[in-house]
Amino acid sequence: MTNPAPAVDTHLLPADSGPPGTEPLLAVDNLHVEFKTRQGLVRAVNGVSYALNAGETLAVLGESGSGKSVTAQAIMGILDMPPARIPKGEIRFRGTDLLKLSESARTQIRGQQIAMVFQDALSALNPVFTVGWQIAEMFRVHRGLRKKAAYAKAIELMDRVRIPAARQRVNDYPHQFSGGMRQRIMIAMSIALDPDVLIADEPTTALDVTVQAQIMELLAELQRESNMAMILITHDLGVVADVADKIAVMYGGRIVENAPVHDVYKNPAHPYTKGLLESIPRVDQKGQELYAIKGLPPNLLDMPSGCAFHPRCPFRQDDCVTDVPPLHAISGTRSSACHYWREVLDGVER
Amino acid sequence: MSNSTITASPAENTKPEKAKKPASLWSDAWYDLRHSKVFLFGAALALLLVIIAAFPSLFSSVDAFNPSTCDLSRARDGIESAHWFGSDNLGCDTYSRVIYGARVSIIVGIVATLATSIVGGFLGLLAGFYGKWTDVLLSRVAEIFFAIPSILGALLILAVIGRDNAGIGSVVLALSVLAWPLVLRIMRAAVITTKSQDYVLAARALGAGPVRIMVRHILPNAVAPVIVVTTMNLGVFIAAEAALSFLGVGIQSPDISWGLMIADSRNRFLEAPAPLLFPALFLSITVLAFVMLGDAVRDALDPKLR
Repeated sequence: MTNPAPAVDTHLLPADSGPPGTEPLLAVDNLHVEFKTRQGLVRAVNGVSYALNAGETLAVLGESGSGKSVTAQAIMGILDMPPARIPKGEIRFRGTDLLKLSESARTQIRGQQIAMVFQDALSALNPVFTVGWQIAEMFRVHRGLRKKAAYAKAIELMDRVRIPAARQRVNDYPHQFSGGMRQRIMIAMSIALDPDVLIADEPTTALDVTVQAQIMELLAELQRESNMAMILITHDLGVVADVADKIAVMYGGRIVENAPVHDVYKNPAHPYTKGLLESIPRVDQKGQELYAIKGLPPNLLDMPSGCAFHPRCPFRQDDCVTDVPPLHAISGTRSSACHYWREVLDGVER
Repeated sequence: MSNSTITASPAENTKPEKAKKPASLWSDAWYDLRHSKVFLFGAALALLLVIIAAFPSLFSSVDAFNPSTCDLSRARDGIESAHWFGSDNLGCDTYSRVIYGARVSIIVGIVATLATSIVGGFLGLLAGFYGKWTDVLLSRVAEIFFAIPSILGALLILAVIGRDNAGIGSVVLALSVLAWPLVLRIMRAAVITTKSQDYVLAARALGAGPVRIMVRHILPNAVAPVIVVTTMNLGVFIAAEAALSFLGVGIQSPDISWGLMIADSRNRFLEAPAPLLFPALFLSITVLAFVMLGDAVRDALDPKLR
């Protein structure tokens, strides 16, 4: 990408939906992440901003390589640096910029205040220890509990994430559980220390559809119980609808649309979001050809000029090729990074 | 292995083998080992040799270290009822010397193996985990040692130490100094592979510190190849000790070593073969036992061979 990133005026953004003047629980502000690779500099995240209050769920939507997971890993502070680098931006948690904290201070925050659920629980659990040991470790390390008390807590947690016969299964190894059960264990570990923010990185992608719904339900329920804030990273619009409060759609390392979840479903304000919604299979369209967004996701090493989406966009005009669209505020809670968001909202294709 | 897939399929669970609790790599490996004839045979032999080394007096009524038990008039006598393995150049009983010689072999084998594995394993863990300049420094130093041909290098080290100071300690030192880089390399490679696993990232995301990640999450998952090399090294070091003693730079008289016994008897081999053949036979059996152990452990732990 050769053209400079647009100066996103964060004051225009409907960043906090909380009371005006108060700092949100977690605020990502103009975050940039880049990776040094042999082929060149990969700008994975280019000025992402979002904010989250307690009890809220933000869904971050986007395809592979859109920067959604990298943003999450930057929040967690588990990016390997190098090759990763954060040249610009802030990640404020309760008003403190996490990026300025020391590594040991961040280790204190990880798990206790911000925790993460990974996509593939089988590979995210240590294969050589029993699940009970792994859950109990959270209490032993961070709470200083003794072995017995920690195991009791582990069983309690396994019950809480609805693992049947938790007492009998506490000494089983990860590979002895089914995919859904493993994900429950991963969730149990991540909520063990009552974090304020839970980041779930595609928590249901590796699971089959019936189990997906159960896991989402579990996450939503745990969130209600403890008033956690949740960032749900996904590429599956179907998963989002019931759980999320607001959606941030990412494309090419940038947020292209920010909106309350129902507005997005009713009336998307960015051509990419529109394309995503239209490519969901629907029963009432049986027999018709399924819509697909034409073209390929952008190559992060060689981003298209102007708007990253322009080569695939049905609304494209000449200035899309040259000018990077800023995030236009549509209403108090919505914004869209498209020059022609009005046309998209009206559904006028050219 | 044939039984490793059974746990995956519920249909098979009704078979008698359901009694086997499906579990971790380690219990799987232990299950394989218990059912491996090679392992059982090797382990039995190795155990016997360790017992011989620890309590030689259980196996021989003659104290080989006591010079008064030797009788020059019996020198190079053949096999007889009181001296099963014959007598050597000085008229000492070969059987009791072979029995007492086991100790040196076993001690050198075990201590050198432990030293190599601990030093190489620890440095390999650091190099693999911290990477960057730690890795560069440790790997380059290891390569310098790696470049030295082992027997030649050991000869040189022992020659510098000198015959007067030579003994078990110096042999262990010479062997370990040259062998740890191999363990470092293997450990480093395994750690680098393990480091990029999701569960290490997940452990970090849940607040585990670097030491905890290294010890709890990486080490147990990366240690298997090192255990394989460790078991194999036992046999290698025992053979190397015999070679160095044979060449005259290792164990020195009056200490007893199989390599030394072979060297002492080689000039009169045609006249009196027994004092050479029996220590050689014991040496071969010992090395064989540990190599068999190593083979079986590798089969059980190496996922590529499963």
